[in-house]
Amino acid sequence: MSVVVPRTLTDALSAMAANPSALLLQGGTDLMVEINFNHRKPVDVIALRRVAELRAVKIDGKTISIGAGLPYQEMETGQIAQLVPALGQAARTVGSPQIRAAGSLGGNLGTCSPAGDGLPVLSALDAMINLRSASASRAVSIHEFMVGVKRNAKMPDEIIVSATMPIVRGWQGYAKVGVRNAMVISVASCCLVVDRAAGTVAVALGAVGPTVIRCRQAEQWLATKVDLKQTATIDAKLAAEFGQRVATEARPIDDHRSTADYRRHAVAKLSGRLLQRSGAQ
Amino acid sequence: MSQATQTSTRRDVLGTSALRPDGVAKVTGQFEFSSDLHAEHMLWGATLRSPHPYARIVNIDLSAAYKISGVEAIITAEDVPGKKTYGLISSDQPVFADQVVRYMGEPIAAVAADHPETCRRALAAIKVDYEILQPVTDAEVALLPNTMPMHPDGNLIRHQRIIAGDQNLQGEVIVEGVYEIGMQDQAFLGLEAALALPDPGGAGVEMWVATQWLHEDRKQIAACLGLPETKVRLTLGGVGGAFGAREDISLQVHCALLALRTSRPIKMQYGREESFFGHVHRHPAKIYIRHHATRTGVLQRIEAKMYFDGGAYASTSSAVLINGVTHIQGPYKCANATVDGYAVRTNNPPCGAMRGFGVVQACYAHESQMDKLAAACNLSPVEIRLINAMQTGDKLITGQVVESVAPVARCIRETDAIAMPAPLAKNADPLELVGGTGLTSLPENIVRGVGWGVSIKNLMYSESFDDFAVARCRLSDGVATLKYATVEVGQGFVVLAPQIARTILGVDEVVLDTVDTGIGSAGSTSASRQTWMSGGAVDGACRLVRQKLFEHVGAKFDIDPMRLVVEDTDIVDMIGDFRISVVEASTGVVIDETFEHHHRPTEELDADGQGNCHVAFAFVAHRAVVDVDVELGLVKVIQIATAQDVGRVLNPVAALGQIEGGIAQGLGLAIMEEIVLDNGKMRNPSFTDYLLPTALDAPKVVAVMIEEPEPQAPLGAKGIGEPPCISVTPAIAAAIRNATGKELPRVPIRPQDICL
Ligand SMILES: Cc1cc2nc3c(=O)[nH]c(=O)nc-3n(C[C@H](O)[C@H](O)[C@H](O)COP(=O)(O)OP(=O)(O)OC[C@H]3O[C@@H](n4cnc5c(N)ncnc54)[C@H](O)[C@@H]3O)c2cc1C
Repeated sequence: MSVVVPRTLTDALSAMAANPSALLLQGGTDLMVEINFNHRKPVDVIALRRVAELRAVKIDGKTISIGAGLPYQEMETGQIAQLVPALGQAARTVGSPQIRAAGSLGGNLGTCSPAGDGLPVLSALDAMINLRSASASRAVSIHEFMVGVKRNAKMPDEIIVSATMPIVRGWQGYAKVGVRNAMVISVASCCLVVDRAAGTVAVALGAVGPTVIRCRQAEQWLATKVDLKQTATIDAKLAAEFGQRVATEARPIDDHRSTADYRRHAVAKLSGRLLQRSGAQ
Repeated sequence: MSQATQTSTRRDVLGTSALRPDGVAKVTGQFEFSSDLHAEHMLWGATLRSPHPYARIVNIDLSAAYKISGVEAIITAEDVPGKKTYGLISSDQPVFADQVVRYMGEPIAAVAADHPETCRRALAAIKVDYEILQPVTDAEVALLPNTMPMHPDGNLIRHQRIIAGDQNLQGEVIVEGVYEIGMQDQAFLGLEAALALPDPGGAGVEMWVATQWLHEDRKQIAACLGLPETKVRLTLGGVGGAFGAREDISLQVHCALLALRTSRPIKMQYGREESFFGHVHRHPAKIYIRHHATRTGVLQRIEAKMYFDGGAYASTSSAVLINGVTHIQGPYKCANATVDGYAVRTNNPPCGAMRGFGVVQACYAHESQMDKLAAACNLSPVEIRLINAMQTGDKLITGQVVESVAPVARCIRETDAIAMPAPLAKNADPLELVGGTGLTSLPENIVRGVGWGVSIKNLMYSESFDDFAVARCRLSDGVATLKYATVEVGQGFVVLAPQIARTILGVDEVVLDTVDTGIGSAGSTSASRQTWMSGGAVDGACRLVRQKLFEHVGAKFDIDPMRLVVEDTDIVDMIGDFRISVVEASTGVVIDETFEHHHRPTEELDADGQGNCHVAFAFVAHRAVVDVDVELGLVKVIQIATAQDVGRVLNPVAALGQIEGGIAQGLGLAIMEEIVLDNGKMRNPSFTDYLLPTALDAPKVVAVMIEEPEPQAPLGAKGIGEPPCISVTPAIAAAIRNATGKELPRVPIRPQDICL
């Protein structure tokens, strides 16, 4: 077993090129659990902790790029929480303070669990995932990046560098149901983004399908019912119908954490409530 | 390895909030848990477990595993030199499965190797051929006449009925229900671990182990090893919680066998997942129950059928059952009863002791019933309970008269007097709301509910068992040294014992000797018994030493020893003005006394469930205030108000710790903690999916301790460990019912139970 600790992205990429089977380690909050459970055998590890470029935050007025290695605790408050409030809220729901000090969007994307809390936000914002290998770089839409349960479109020699998302004028929020009030894997979650400039709404669901689900039909239906360019109070009946429509797009399953029926019910309520919250502000 | 512990030298006598000597070490990570044990040249041991709940073992092939370099030994059922089975009450559990596995996780073989990773590879290389059988996972089905027995002892572990008074009485008001309790795990944080050192030539073994009862472990280990008990010496390894899960043998016999086989020290420790398979759990139960009362709410008769699912092996199921049936009336007067209880064998994981021991299940049922009765009689939850509250001198349905102090009405009234929490603020911090960090709920989504639970719990072991405790006190040069085998699992005997010695002897300095089998048994750290039993033994030993010291001082200074008393740190003459410090009086002398404390004898129940089977009782009331997001089925417990009958407070901080901890555990059972089983297979053996309450789930606890000293108890103090976790569960369930209007007959209450 070897451990490489590169200090720059270039060094990290050459290490990957030299050994594409090496495991990338960022916060380790997913990877170490898998190793402890013996699901993976660490052979060679490239530890990204020291690569400052992966923690960079870049803002260009219209978009914000968040480095794949930035820990969640940096997103909970401050500029990121202000510009992308849904991401700040999602970051706050992740694990415990210790996990948020280590865990990252890069790891969330790397693992690509349908219950990953960062992913519905990236989906609702149509984020681009920036990937690099020693020889090339490319940007992939989040919708193409997430392929299936714990599967993504990253090539073996690629590193996730950052995620770029628009700074949206309007309202956005994230809500997650778990069976306790903190430190809990999502049973169902929802991110809702209202873009007042475009007059559109985006809804993405977590933990109710093999990957995060965008509810395109419900989004389009809503746009025909309300003028999303204006702030307007959403009445309960409309919110409930919207929630029902969102729920029909979910594809939940029964497992030991919850039931498909409950998950469907929960995303209906969460999306309806988020919609009402968007109208209240 | 364990050493004598020097305790604080402040005047930390009884009644003060003396600090635990191990507290700072535990908080700062310095405490040596048994998983930190280490010996030169040690090997690691690991266990192969069955993936099937029920199967015949057709063949075990060890050849590939033996070929792995670093593997030193592999043992199976045929390598057990002594008794092939063990168990706390009946010896029905195989050390290693012999021809058949009866639950998922049952041990089949153990390996010793140079590294945990080598162990893991060796386990993977052992080839076991199974013939899979259809598991029986429902207690009632297991008892049907056409269900095949899965064990030579049959599927019924014990049946006990209680027949009291009029068997035909019909109340003016009758309420009934069917209640279910899920399987809870003790979830202690310090995992199972032990170190075994073989004596030369395999003549014996020395072990360090995290357990609840050293002497009982020794008895069972020695029998399986085929050695006399004197050849098995046990020392307590650092224990990180127990809650009943360390009463049964887990890895002890495997570890000792491997040490004897390899003539090398063996270290064994479980990870969290293995721990879920390696220890017993709380019995799931199903209770059919009917209450008869007058129109004015006076309880007249209880009919109940209770099924406790014991899983594959008996463990303490028969005693858990007795606690269940004898506590089904709750802390209420009731003259007539018809109760049938069954402890049943199934292919679910074995169940045994857990904090509350059978009473938790009974209490959930009787308290749910009391609320139904209140509603039927148009009374409030408080009124119905006050009308029926039992008192000292009342006769239980077993015919036993409650001789304990029994301030049931006072517990209820003092709980009722605790101020309610402030109503939910419209601008409350979102983290304070239901859903917490998930931001699911706004104040307008939330309904508040209030509910009650009151309980009675027996203290110590029952049914003629003599669970005595031994302690020894040695006084010399102003220092008292205490020796006992009382296991510290977190309950605080390490702070209580020195408090007792300081109070009785007037010493400042108390040294705690190693806790091991080098002295008589202290019994188990369970059944809320150690303050009473081992506390009584330490108290007794210190009193004997004090008597000797008075005699010594009397002889030396020519004073009648009867006139001497301890005052702070001095010995004084009650009549004259003689005074000498304890330090000076004990300089140059050695006084060494041992005391064995027994509680009063108890009796077995007869066929009709009659008999003085319990030693004593403690009582507690809980009032829960919860916020419920009714649409999403999410719950946050806001406040638990409680008044507990403690006899006497010996250490206020330690007592509050028990109360708050017990409440968190009872909360867990009410709304989140459950081992999910699917046809005998455990689906969530990890802390990712077996959810324990976090700081954001723990309620504000407002506790009143009711001090009415118990005359039977050596220190006037009742055991306080179990009561806090018993009636809090039904109180929370009742509060959720109050908020939602749903019947909710099963705990834990899941979101879908509330909103779908
Ligand atoms: C106690 C606990 C609680 C948790 N709670 C939550 C929760 O509430 N919500 C939630 O969403 N998750 C939770 N998680 C999971 C985990 O914290 C998150 O998924 C986190 O985002 C992982 O980030 P990491 O940096 O630790 O990833 P790592 O464990 O370092 O890596 C995870 C995977 O991503 C790959 N990877 C990491 N960085 C890169 C990169 N730059 N390029 C390519 N591949 C990369 C790794 O190779 C690995 O396969 C929890 C985990 C624990 C242990």
